[in-house]
Amino acid sequence: MFRELYTNTGKLAGFILRKDRIRLPVWIISIVVFTFLIASILPDLYATGADRQIMAETMKNPAITVMLGPGYGLDNYTDGAMMAHFMLLFSAIATGIMGILLTTRHTREDEEEGRIEMIRSLPVGPLSPLAATILNITLANIVISLVVGFSLYSLGLEDMDLGGCLLYGASLGVIGIFFAALTGLFAQLTSNTRATIGYSFGFLILAYIIRGIGDVENETLSLISPLGLILRTQVFVNNYWWPVFLTLGISVIIFGISLYLNSIRDLGAGFIPTRPGKRNASRFLLSPLGLSFRLQRTSIISWTIGMFILGISYGSILGDLEGFLNTSGIIQQMIPEGEGLSLTERFMTMLMTILSILGTIPALMYVLKLSYEEKRNRTEYLLSKAVSRNKVIGSYTLIAILAVPIIQLMSILGLWFAAISTMDDAITFNTFFKAGFVHIPAMWIMVGLAVFLIGYFPEHVSLTWLYLGYAFFVVYLGDMLQLPDWMSNLSPFGHIPQVPIEEVDITKIFILVLISIVLTFSGFIGYSKRDIQG
Amino acid sequence: MAILKVNNLIKKFGNFTALNGVDLEVSQGEIYGFIGPNGAGKTTTLRILLGILKATSGQATIFGMDAWKDTVKIHKRVAYVPGEVNLWPNLTGGEVIDLFVKLRGSNNKRRREELIERFDLDPTKKCRTYSKGNRQKVALIAAFASDADLYILDEPTSGLDPLMERVFQEYVTEAKKEGKSILLSSHILSEVERLCDKVSIIRNGKIIESGSLEELRHLTRTSVVLDTKEPIADLGKVKGVHNIERKNNLLYFHVDSDQMDEVMKYISQFGIIKLEVAPPTLEDLFMRHYKVDGGGH
Repeated sequence: MFRELYTNTGKLAGFILRKDRIRLPVWIISIVVFTFLIASILPDLYATGADRQIMAETMKNPAITVMLGPGYGLDNYTDGAMMAHFMLLFSAIATGIMGILLTTRHTREDEEEGRIEMIRSLPVGPLSPLAATILNITLANIVISLVVGFSLYSLGLEDMDLGGCLLYGASLGVIGIFFAALTGLFAQLTSNTRATIGYSFGFLILAYIIRGIGDVENETLSLISPLGLILRTQVFVNNYWWPVFLTLGISVIIFGISLYLNSIRDLGAGFIPTRPGKRNASRFLLSPLGLSFRLQRTSIISWTIGMFILGISYGSILGDLEGFLNTSGIIQQMIPEGEGLSLTERFMTMLMTILSILGTIPALMYVLKLSYEEKRNRTEYLLSKAVSRNKVIGSYTLIAILAVPIIQLMSILGLWFAAISTMDDAITFNTFFKAGFVHIPAMWIMVGLAVFLIGYFPEHVSLTWLYLGYAFFVVYLGDMLQLPDWMSNLSPFGHIPQVPIEEVDITKIFILVLISIVLTFSGFIGYSKRDIQG
Repeated sequence: MAILKVNNLIKKFGNFTALNGVDLEVSQGEIYGFIGPNGAGKTTTLRILLGILKATSGQATIFGMDAWKDTVKIHKRVAYVPGEVNLWPNLTGGEVIDLFVKLRGSNNKRRREELIERFDLDPTKKCRTYSKGNRQKVALIAAFASDADLYILDEPTSGLDPLMERVFQEYVTEAKKEGKSILLSSHILSEVERLCDKVSIIRNGKIIESGSLEELRHLTRTSVVLDTKEPIADLGKVKGVHNIERKNNLLYFHVDSDQMDEVMKYISQFGIIKLEVAPPTLEDLFMRHYKVDGGGH
């Protein structure tokens, strides 16, 4: 009986592997190569012990802690300690995202599209699809763990012994496994792909935020978050293995629960109930703009609230930052005091850029929704009504363009609320407002690029995400990795004046806005001229 | 009066020629059948008519307006039901119907309710829970609830049960009575036969046969089942007789429609006991076109 539940799991796993024969290697290679590259350039960037010690002083900054996690071994900041501090959290998030996307793809998405039904009509156990998926992703993460571990060790760096390298790899892998198991659970609870992905990413973001607050304010809080927990391995400093095993154990339990839930539910059903809907459409829905708003309503509301919370969590460290900056001698030497500007205000500009890049994610989602709709053949149906193409693409673009200032305002409000409650000498709302709103042109350029791609290269719209990822990378790690200026200039965010350090350059802003308008309108023209696919 | 006119339409996707000179003409008050196997170019033709794809060359006009340039003006008077109905999973059927009716412009509450009842649809359910047939009902209700002059229907009944198919046919017939035109692409040949005034058969992106069913039948052969008192000699030598088969003392054969008179005169000499004459069905016509020329692929 027990074996029948899992009949042909192995064959199914082979089939899943075949479906992912491109996708999976791309994920694994990107994560491994990225880790390897950073690890191989770090020792050259901070060659002497004195360089590293100066860096260690700046890394004590609570703003850094909230972004990258607590620094371990700051008194003796070795290459290994630096590597773990810079890279572990974000690489772990990458494997986590991989786990979420791949698991959803082979569980709830296949089920929603009716493919699991066909598989289940064959002599295949009822729990085999879920088991095969998790098996595959677990194996993939073990591969990542080992390859990352051994390739780091192959660099032969002084402070990175084999045990530490393997622990580093295992920490990445186990987060991938954890999020695969978690997504497997959400795939049972919810009854559609969107909800599965939504809940899983929601959990990931929550785990990041809880860890951020916990790392600065309260150690125990961080242990609740799997991302906080994994940083407690203190790789290359103390090399604790227990967080890896604990995470693995929790993943096994979650996997067991999802298997159980899978065994007691109907195919296609979930546990979170779906309510009956309205018999008639509200007047608000009855236009292309109303429709595109309605389709994304939940996403719009949750991102608006989410950005406010993210603002608060970043802002909550401003008080600590103030105290840190006022006492740290090295920092005060490094950054000379500007005219009437506190050091906190200087750091705020970087926080603001990061918040703006994160805030671009929803804006891009809102406009790229159109491309998703097209692939699902729904745009075709809409266009068969008395609706022009400009109206359709315009509705999605308008939502994205309007979302930008609203999202900025929300993160600014979050920052400001947190600032007034934690800082002795609080930054004024006006300063936050200027620093935040000055980023809007860059965000609009990203939206414009997406519209442009939808108009002319609909198959390649995902390039926008790559570009945004690049912009994020340059800002987040650019200073630490000492990247050249041209790399930052390739991103629209690199041209935004750093208010309040720099003056607002009206001409520059004007040019940026102009670029976004040109991109957007040429996208409109392209969209009106091309075939609708599907 | 021609409502819809397609003239030498060509559509290429890269190197692949999907349409290679399609001609169509639908007049007012006419139900026009558009048949052909999968991949022949039916849906591509309809998408060009809807201005969703741009023709490589040739003209497609509806109500005398260009199908690509004047889409919005045209679509105010056109109702479309796609072959594969994809709806928004998180909206209810009722909401989608309202949206579509509103986007075309008209709004007739009573008719909407009547259609929902006739097609037996629960409009409060989310679209993700609908089966293929139910999604098709949503599209059909949205189409018939709006006051259109031309209905473009792409295999609208492929997911419907026979009862619902009957309801569908009633609404199509009613629309025709009101002087509206219907372009119906379908695989269900009995349905086309029952409803359509004219038919076009498309193959490999080209129309290979067009005309009323009568005209098309005229081009083909009638099948005959015959029993006679005396054995018939030399039936095979009579002009217009084909495919003779003998089963259980009965003769089965085909007769060219224009030779019918001669053949009847000839066989009556032998003392007819039983004679069954069946006009060719659309299926016979269809099969003949595809078999004779090697299946069309």
